Amino acid sequence: MHLYNLTLQPPTAITQAIVGNFSGVRQQEIIASHGTRLELLRPDPQTGKVATILSTDVFGSIRSLAAFRLTGGTKDYAIVGSDSGRIIILDYDPKTSSFVKLHQETFGKSGARRIVPGQYLAVDPKGRSVMVSAMEKSKLVYILNRDTAANLTISSPLEAHKNGAIIHHIVGLDVGFENPTFAALEVDYTESDQDPTGEAFKNAEKMLTYYELDLGLNHVVRKWSEATDPRANLLLQVPGGQSASSKRFDGPSGVLVCCEDHIIYRHMDAPQHRVPIPRRKHPLDNRDRGMLIVSAVMHKMKGAFFFLVQNEDGDLFKVTIEHEDEEVKSLKIKYFDTVPVASSLCILKSGFLFVASEFSNHYFYQFQKLGDDDDEPEFSSTSYRSFGMADPTAPLPHEYFRPRPLENLALADEIEALDPILDSRVLNILPNSDTPQIFAACGRGSRSSLRTLRHGLEVEESVSSDLPGIPNAVWTTKKKEDDAYDSYIILSFVNGTLVLSIGETIEEVQDTGFLSSARTLAVQQIGTDALLQVHPEGIRHVLANGHVTEWKAPSGKSIVNATTNKRQVVVALSSAELVYFELDLEGQLNEYQDRKAMGSTVLALSIAEVPEGRQRTPFLAVGCEDQTVRVISLDPESTLETISLQALTAPPSSICIAEMLDASINKSQPTLFVNIGLQNGVLLRTVLDPTNGQLTDTRTRFLGTRPVKLIRVQIQRNPAILALSSRSWLNYTHQNLMYFTPLIFESFDFAWSFSAELSPEGLIGITGSTLRIFQIPKLGTQLKQDSIPLSYTPRKFIAHGNYFYLVEGDHRVLGEDAAEKRLTELRQQGKKIDQEVIDLPVEVFGRPKAPAGTWGSAIRIIDPVKAETVAYIPLDSNEAAFSLAVVPFSVRGGEPHLVVGTAADTTVSPRSCSSGFLRTYKFTDEGKGLELLHKTETDDVPLALLAFQGRLAAGVGKALRLYDIGKKKLLRKVENKTFVSPIITLSTQGSRIIVGEMQESVSFVAYKAPENRLLVFADDSQSRWVSALTMVDYNTIAIGDRFGNIIVNRLDPKESEQVDEDPTGAGILHEKGILMGAPHKTKMIAHFHVGDLITSIHKVAMVAGGREILLYTGLHGTVGILVPFVSKEDVDFISTLEQHLRTEQSSLVGRDQLSWRGYYTPVKAVVDGDLCETFARLPGPKQSAIAGELDRTVGEVLKKLEQLRVTTSGF
Amino acid sequence: MSSELRYTANTQLEHLHARYTGTGHADLTKYEWLTHQHRDTLSSIVGHPSLMAFVAIADGVSLGRVKYEMTEKMLQPCGPPPKKDDD
Repeated sequence: MHLYNLTLQPPTAITQAIVGNFSGVRQQEIIASHGTRLELLRPDPQTGKVATILSTDVFGSIRSLAAFRLTGGTKDYAIVGSDSGRIIILDYDPKTSSFVKLHQETFGKSGARRIVPGQYLAVDPKGRSVMVSAMEKSKLVYILNRDTAANLTISSPLEAHKNGAIIHHIVGLDVGFENPTFAALEVDYTESDQDPTGEAFKNAEKMLTYYELDLGLNHVVRKWSEATDPRANLLLQVPGGQSASSKRFDGPSGVLVCCEDHIIYRHMDAPQHRVPIPRRKHPLDNRDRGMLIVSAVMHKMKGAFFFLVQNEDGDLFKVTIEHEDEEVKSLKIKYFDTVPVASSLCILKSGFLFVASEFSNHYFYQFQKLGDDDDEPEFSSTSYRSFGMADPTAPLPHEYFRPRPLENLALADEIEALDPILDSRVLNILPNSDTPQIFAACGRGSRSSLRTLRHGLEVEESVSSDLPGIPNAVWTTKKKEDDAYDSYIILSFVNGTLVLSIGETIEEVQDTGFLSSARTLAVQQIGTDALLQVHPEGIRHVLANGHVTEWKAPSGKSIVNATTNKRQVVVALSSAELVYFELDLEGQLNEYQDRKAMGSTVLALSIAEVPEGRQRTPFLAVGCEDQTVRVISLDPESTLETISLQALTAPPSSICIAEMLDASINKSQPTLFVNIGLQNGVLLRTVLDPTNGQLTDTRTRFLGTRPVKLIRVQIQRNPAILALSSRSWLNYTHQNLMYFTPLIFESFDFAWSFSAELSPEGLIGITGSTLRIFQIPKLGTQLKQDSIPLSYTPRKFIAHGNYFYLVEGDHRVLGEDAAEKRLTELRQQGKKIDQEVIDLPVEVFGRPKAPAGTWGSAIRIIDPVKAETVAYIPLDSNEAAFSLAVVPFSVRGGEPHLVVGTAADTTVSPRSCSSGFLRTYKFTDEGKGLELLHKTETDDVPLALLAFQGRLAAGVGKALRLYDIGKKKLLRKVENKTFVSPIITLSTQGSRIIVGEMQESVSFVAYKAPENRLLVFADDSQSRWVSALTMVDYNTIAIGDRFGNIIVNRLDPKESEQVDEDPTGAGILHEKGILMGAPHKTKMIAHFHVGDLITSIHKVAMVAGGREILLYTGLHGTVGILVPFVSKEDVDFISTLEQHLRTEQSSLVGRDQLSWRGYYTPVKAVVDGDLCETFARLPGPKQSAIAGELDRTVGEVLKKLEQLRVTTSGF
Repeated sequence: MSSELRYTANTQLEHLHARYTGTGHADLTKYEWLTHQHRDTLSSIVGHPSLMAFVAIADGVSLGRVKYEMTEKMLQPCGPPPKKDDD
């Protein structure tokens, strides 16, 4: 087996985001790291929307990002710390819209290791040097400078290592133009490692250390080191240095040390200031809980600066420092607003705040005010003795604030993000859909959702109105060439034409010069200010003064087809003749003297738009009933001569020539495409060679069951093609590459561009007798998301009948019932309860936090078609649900029951619970409800459940058991306790159960009914931390592990047969084990590192009638597929291509692609499709060179890649 | 390798051990080995964003808290060292 890995949806989680002027223009941009991808986002300050400019796979893991600017420069560069053992400086090149690697300096081994730098980055604010640090010991300092040609230079590294020091954080100090200094938060472990009494460990001090880079001596010295709060976790740069013009100090310099519950201002030889981190005035708040600052940002404005820091609940605090020159007067903190917990905060100069959420959607807020003059209490260090440092070991008294909805921020934009995907199903259950949907349980806590992912573009309908009859076509047209918006909508009916004018309202008009008594074949705004209507009897040329010139079709013949552009008109007559017209310089439409006889009825015609600066387009494509397409010249030298001919498999129904940019074919110029829609629903796309008119590089795609209609439209000022069949598709260019994506909407009979003041980028379409005006807002997305909100983090879900059954649960929160109970208790005690605070929406503010071992959990029934929750069953007595299965118990005549595995008082580390339970439910109301039959106690947490031969197979802790249903309980029938770690997944086929363990990979278990035995007969020779598993066939399994690998293992069919033939299993029982395990071992046949933690794998067909593939989801929001190759030639071809690309495309973070994909075990039998697809982005000569090596043309290589993607995933 | 060799014949090796923290040697005690293993694991969890997210979701805490607690744990992941024998 050989597999091809393709990412359908790249990871959406943002691990870090930085802001800067990366294009070198005034506008600020954001670079976001998605773990394995870099993305450049450009916020539009006018609309407040964020657009993705560039997104690129780096084939490595990004651990840190920093932006810097050389002194006096206008452009920011990005430094990337990754697992490549290299420091990378990236420059964004706006011309080619790509990241350029300026420097790549190797300093250590690859991999996210303890002592190899890359975890932390700190930049001198003046852009003179950068420190890159590891988790322990190693810190390297690089000097950044310019050479004489103003190019960025980087020095060799200077070491600032400290043995035995664990590094919590580093930051660059703002010292103005003095020697660059970095601050590090370190703990030394050498003493605690030597002291058996544990005294040294208790007294271990967290040191705040300054490292100064002496630019004169080219040397790093440890300048200052002093102990700070032992619970410190984060450092923040405080502005400092004198501004060059005014001699004023920008700030006091130094750092803010964020600790649990406190923030301390520190600087060398300066008094400390300490303020507490305020807490929510919430009646259910857990007062003993420590409060950390998890993300923070400093913002400098003219002559002032402030910090926004965020705690674990998402509350933002504004921290300000009052200072006189370099002396700090006070440190102040006040509540600002509450937003989702961020992994990074970015403030833009245009007054926006980008919140890269640690989980789920990212948000873009606009500052309404800076919280300067409100009545929010402010806590100052001056109100405590010695600025809060009287006794540094004792905590300051708690201070409180009242949480409230947003006041200082307003939401401007939201970026949808899938992460974390915790479970998924691939099913086709939505009506009117011929491809399956992916249902993903996403999100964390109260921001969780169940999302339906459909391949396609979202359509936003703005107007929908019913028409008196059923039109067969619709057009819009401007009156003059330079009009901004369309003036008329023309609707053609079977025996008439209706013209509507677009104004404040849309109403019918009569005096347009259009013929209303016949149907219309084509409408065109022609010349500078004339209009043209083609109808079966002739052509009407309506001039600007209202005068109409008419060309009449010869008697006995009618016009059957027409194509037009700004200067040319071609019509086909019923006698299979073509008549060609061209606009002369006076604006007169002139007929060409000859007519061209085609010999076969013309079914479709198309000419391209007139190329800019030209008189005419030289090609006409004609599709005839004899299943051919001919390209006919319109050049004056050879007018109406046939240039080339292409045979088709079915009669054409529509043709469309369009000039579109596709960087995979031509980077600089648009390519002329001839799209041919056939009556059997197939679309052919060929490239028209502009020099000789030949048709080359044909690609086919099945669009739907109806004859294809093709329409040229404008999308975001670029040409695009709408292809209408039983589904509507849009072919468009996005980020220079061509996309072909279905629209998720009703199918259209006809459509056209629509541009009016209210909807400048719209489209207009007809379905039956309904006229719709719509927009396509999110170009470039492949998956449309619809979500159903959930209450807690989803754990698992299953589909049964028409409904989904989902278990959700959250650790360390108070469930609704528990919270209510506590509130009643408090009320009874006579405490006053602030109801407004209790009623704040949990989606934003979260649920009340509780100590470890407290859970909020529920079972939910969802109707996926209606996208709504049907029933919600909260669990009480601190129980949390972890697994579920629908079991048709054979002793109950195969009646399905829902079994939910729960546990009470569960703690995650160390794993424990007071008792596990198997809750057995009966379905009521056709699955809409559940009735609890009984609860069965278990000794451990049941993490995996499965229906097995009319009974329940359960992985309870480390034991595998079979249960049968009884009157008051489930009855344990058989047990196998040979497993080493907890069982987390179960699958079955026949009498075989596949058991996935948390740490010890996968075992094959045979159930021998005569002896009632569960026997482990095969396992893996490696221990894997299984996170997802599926059976590919009876002997083959696909495993996803916690470290981001996908493995396919296979059991020898002979051994498998042997085990199946042994009736009692006595043979297996007495066989000798290998490697202290089962007697048989599975063989690894494929191995690949995806780079995201795999949460589910499914074997599905994504295309109707397509091959079955493996689809996986990842925690960071990745959706990918593994496609088995069908032939040896394909394997050879694609592997060779991959090899060439490996040498051609070096990773942006300097990681070797082969070693990245073989992170833990060398890649086996899997080709990296993401790498192969970068072929389309290579420069032309390189493409040709690689294609030459493969004995193919560039077109053939691209076609093969597209075919692999389209035929298996439809994407 | 005997300790004798390590200290006499191969001083370069000693230097390498000092340089590459976490490298094992013949006289490594179980405690030392375990501490190295744990520190490596903890720093690896912090270094891999998806692993950190996994822990955070399971435990119901924020990423920042996971990062902090993991780093904090690196100081002494396996408790105090065993008492040395007097010999």
